[in-house]
Amino acid sequence: MATAHARGAARVMLSPAVVVLLLWMIVPLGMTIWFSFQRYGLLSGMPPEWTGLTNYRYFLTDPAFFTSIKNTLSLVGGVLAITVVGGILLALLLDQAFWGQGIVRVLVIAPFFVMPTVSALVWKNMFMNPVNGLFAYVAKLFGAPPFDFLAQAPMFSIIVIVAWQWLPFATLILLTALQSLDSEQLEAAEMDGAGWLSRFVHIMLPHLTRAITVVILIQTIFLLSTFAEILVTTNGGPGTATTNLTYLVYAQSLLQFDVGGGAAGGIVAVILANIVAIFLMRMIGKNLEA
Amino acid sequence: MARSVTTRRKTVVTILAWTVAFLIFFPILWTVLTSFKSEGDAIASPPKFLFFDWTLENYVTVQERSDYFKHFWNSVVMSVGSTLAALVLAIPAAWSMAFVPGRRTKDLLMWMLSTKMMPAVGVLVPMYLIFRDTGLLDTRTGLVIVLTLINLPIVVWMLYTYFKEIPAEILEAARMDGASLRSEILYVLTPMAVPGIASTLLLNIILAWNEAFWTLNLTAAKAAPLTAFIASYSSPEGLFYAKLSAASTMAIAPILIMGWFSQKQLVRGLTFGAVK
Repeated sequence: MATAHARGAARVMLSPAVVVLLLWMIVPLGMTIWFSFQRYGLLSGMPPEWTGLTNYRYFLTDPAFFTSIKNTLSLVGGVLAITVVGGILLALLLDQAFWGQGIVRVLVIAPFFVMPTVSALVWKNMFMNPVNGLFAYVAKLFGAPPFDFLAQAPMFSIIVIVAWQWLPFATLILLTALQSLDSEQLEAAEMDGAGWLSRFVHIMLPHLTRAITVVILIQTIFLLSTFAEILVTTNGGPGTATTNLTYLVYAQSLLQFDVGGGAAGGIVAVILANIVAIFLMRMIGKNLEA
Repeated sequence: MARSVTTRRKTVVTILAWTVAFLIFFPILWTVLTSFKSEGDAIASPPKFLFFDWTLENYVTVQERSDYFKHFWNSVVMSVGSTLAALVLAIPAAWSMAFVPGRRTKDLLMWMLSTKMMPAVGVLVPMYLIFRDTGLLDTRTGLVIVLTLINLPIVVWMLYTYFKEIPAEILEAARMDGASLRSEILYVLTPMAVPGIASTLLLNIILAWNEAFWTLNLTAAKAAPLTAFIASYSSPEGLFYAKLSAASTMAIAPILIMGWFSQKQLVRGLTFGAVK
């Protein structure tokens, strides 16, 4: 049993981290909520003024808001589809016996460590550029006309770039989960004459369910906040074709200097992220008890 | 009974795995190769893979024209500084939660995690204004503060899961032998905790190095780390593929190497212990 002395010491050691996080949680978020009820333009020179729900009304009825929600969902959905399916297939492949496992793993995991601005610019210029990009060259080899990815299929292009960054993450987690599977169970099923597909569906997939859920939830949290990839490739365009919620709030607050409107958008983003977070927290919490 | 694998099957899997790995890695390989080309060779059609005049001129140009190492140093200060600051706050907190757990420990951990779930854009406006009014905009100090705050929950969690694995009996035994709290921490706990602290350090330097929301929004010319420096290539002048590649290669190389060392901790750190 811990003594009273130890308990006191524990409380003292705990408090700096708790106080710092508490301030970080309350002060800026409180300010955002406060600003969201104000008419507050950074350039207007007028003092902020209480406007009630006006900012929310404007933000939520702005056509750009609906587009941004749609874009956010297709970005998150598209990347999740590619990385989860691709991740499962890759994990199954890498779980087999083959020569050079260490090196292959290192190569596959690499994109995750590339900073977002680098990967976005490399893909934009050296691969997707309609004149000098590698894809344009490959298209020419097959006699196809060059395709301007970021102009003609902007959202698809960004999904590809972001999926490339997150595929290693999904693969690594699913592979880790797969390797913790008891191989005797699989062998027993094999001896009983279970084919590859039924072994996958009845043994591997149930075992992976938890890891897949974790991948989906964590990636969703990060993908909802995708920003740098959009900023350096399309600036949210053409038009608002690649403006997601994060980018819309950024544009509203720091490009149009509308503090009140941006704050209202920020609160909407917080609410959306929290819906996902609740599910994730519940899963992690369960694991804490186990 | 070990499963026997036929050589033929192993050969097929090997070819398949290497092909997929090569394709996934290719954009990075291509960037590194391009960084050694002249701008002319960089956009040559058909593309030149290995047979071109290898040159280091891009690396020299990037440094001379845009003071590359200033931004590199900003990245180093920001990622190492914020990680160390987070460790100073997190080590005592994680220690006390792991070894002197109270009724509220679990709630506290979950609450810390929930602060990580808050999207950055939700506090962009106030952070920008606070930074503007306190003169922290475009300073390294400002970046260190923000990155410390956003990574603190992950640091606490990672350390907590590592500390939790240290058997409490050993501490009891030390206490029985009359060790003071101080010597208990110094001679018993620290040596066992060092590997966990080291991997937490590594993973958080990586996360901070690649952070690209706050670094892009809160810095300009002076304190811009590599994420923001590279972003300035999005509206370039003239031929720039080889120079972009050189700048990119230098920006990702150190972290790629650190990342390869921390693969295992990555899973644990980023899933908050939900997948081990």
